[in-house]
Amino acid sequence: MATLDDVASPKAKRKLTGYWLILPGALWLGAFFVIPFYSLISASLFNPKGSPLTGYNMSWHFHNFVSAIDQYHAEIIRSLVYAGIATLTCLVVGYVLAYAIAFKAGRWQNLMLVMVIAPFFTSFLLRTLSWKLILSDDGKVVSFANWIHLTNVLHWVHLTSTDDRLLATPFAVIAGLTYNFLPFMVLPLYASLEKIDIRLIEASSDLYASPIRGFAKVTFPLSLPGVVAGTLLTFIPAAGDYINATLLGDPNTRMVGNVIQGLFTTQGDFANAGALSVILMVIIVGMVLVYVRTAGTEELV
Amino acid sequence: MSPLFRIKRWIGDHLILGLGLLVLVYTFVPIAVVVLMSFNDSSKSKNVYVFKSWTWQNWLHPFKPAGMGGDVLLSIEIALVATAIATVIGTMAAFGIVRHRFAGRGIANLVIFLPMASPEIVMGSSLLALFVATGFGGHLGFITIVIAHVMFCLSFVIITVKARLTGLDDNLEQAAMDLYANERETFWRVTFPLVLPGIVSAALLSFSLSFDDFIITNLNAGQRVTFPMFVYGANQRGVPMQVNVIGTAMFVIAITIVLVGEFGRRRREKLLAA
Repeated sequence: MATLDDVASPKAKRKLTGYWLILPGALWLGAFFVIPFYSLISASLFNPKGSPLTGYNMSWHFHNFVSAIDQYHAEIIRSLVYAGIATLTCLVVGYVLAYAIAFKAGRWQNLMLVMVIAPFFTSFLLRTLSWKLILSDDGKVVSFANWIHLTNVLHWVHLTSTDDRLLATPFAVIAGLTYNFLPFMVLPLYASLEKIDIRLIEASSDLYASPIRGFAKVTFPLSLPGVVAGTLLTFIPAAGDYINATLLGDPNTRMVGNVIQGLFTTQGDFANAGALSVILMVIIVGMVLVYVRTAGTEELV
Repeated sequence: MSPLFRIKRWIGDHLILGLGLLVLVYTFVPIAVVVLMSFNDSSKSKNVYVFKSWTWQNWLHPFKPAGMGGDVLLSIEIALVATAIATVIGTMAAFGIVRHRFAGRGIANLVIFLPMASPEIVMGSSLLALFVATGFGGHLGFITIVIAHVMFCLSFVIITVKARLTGLDDNLEQAAMDLYANERETFWRVTFPLVLPGIVSAALLSFSLSFDDFIITNLNAGQRVTFPMFVYGANQRGVPMQVNVIGTAMFVIAITIVLVGEFGRRRREKLLAA
């Protein structure tokens, strides 16, 4: 590229063009994505005695964090557990689909990829409402789950509160999260599986590795960047989501998103809401750093 | 090869594809429910979300529920404006990043990736905190929603266009230059048409993301009500089945655009090959 453009125009002008092209996007993201974090952090240190109407005093009120953790630790832990289970389920289910598209789909590859993102074209809320029908008490899914004693197992591991229903239970919320964020797992997995040189997998079988061993020693390690990106893109939005908890859960499945939303809009308690948002972000950033370090991949985009 | 070995191999080859297709079917079940419920006679079920009986009424009077028509219109307006802004400045940024060297490239890539990897509730509440701190707390509405939507659509636009741009064969541009096209002609007659499919899919993605967003919008909408907010609110009172008509219509339109594009691409490839 360089040679072509160097002939066409002087280097100095080109250098500036790059900055001009990026400027509007950079300003937008700077003003409305980066700077708001500063506002959020300062809101989290407001004196909670104020209100959105009369204004708040910025008083370095670190106690907000203590009181937020004290009051809402159950919701924070619940969010991380639900999002964790949903992410693991997405990883297993999504890996099968991504693998099928990357290696087995042949000429149907493009069509299958379109089908992966097709759910994005109907409303997230409407699809979540659909699960209300699918998991409803007198529905076929519940009677089938009863018949194979899945409901008993779920009750035994505390994912449901009674042993004859699925809706309005942690199981329903996790199922909804899994469903809604599956495409975010499949696409990065597919992207990194597709890059794998198929000859490496063939070589492992030529060297008498069983298919399972070949997968564990060759395919899976090579797809790790996709696994890392996919789990992050699933876990992070899932941990902050509250639509699934509201539509498919009950008051006992409240997640941290429900609390933050309620504090901001109905209670107008910016101080505690801000503190809770910052806590969620810090936990997530901390987990991401540890996770990326452990998985040993720096390349995310 | 023994027949047993052949059977095992056939199963091995098709088992994963079959399982993959099964996963796809699973992702389509709720969409099928949305379509089904658009034909559901809702008057008989206010509180429970179940299919009672078949009717054409929802499709004949899709905007019957009070307020829903205006909310759908507002969502479409917001999505159009946000998509236009995000597509233009996102495409510019993608060109800047792929085609030009500049300081701070690593940070730029990080800032582009982060909005996709941040919980919506945190982004939404940060923006709300900013608007309140700068005195716009009482003026939340159309403009603040558009600002928020452009913000989260930008990353998706930049990444989509970037992918198309990096995959481009620069021999074609070299050829145009060799044939005495100047830089501007090369851009508008060669580069831009080649990148256009990427820009179109980015715009389509932006529109669906914007039309569909609830969490960030809900925090920054003030008194305005978008379609997803209508659905969320309706969930507490009993959902009018017409929402599924809107959902089905959006789905059909989007899928048609995608499939027409895909078939057009295949036909062009066939023509080129012939």
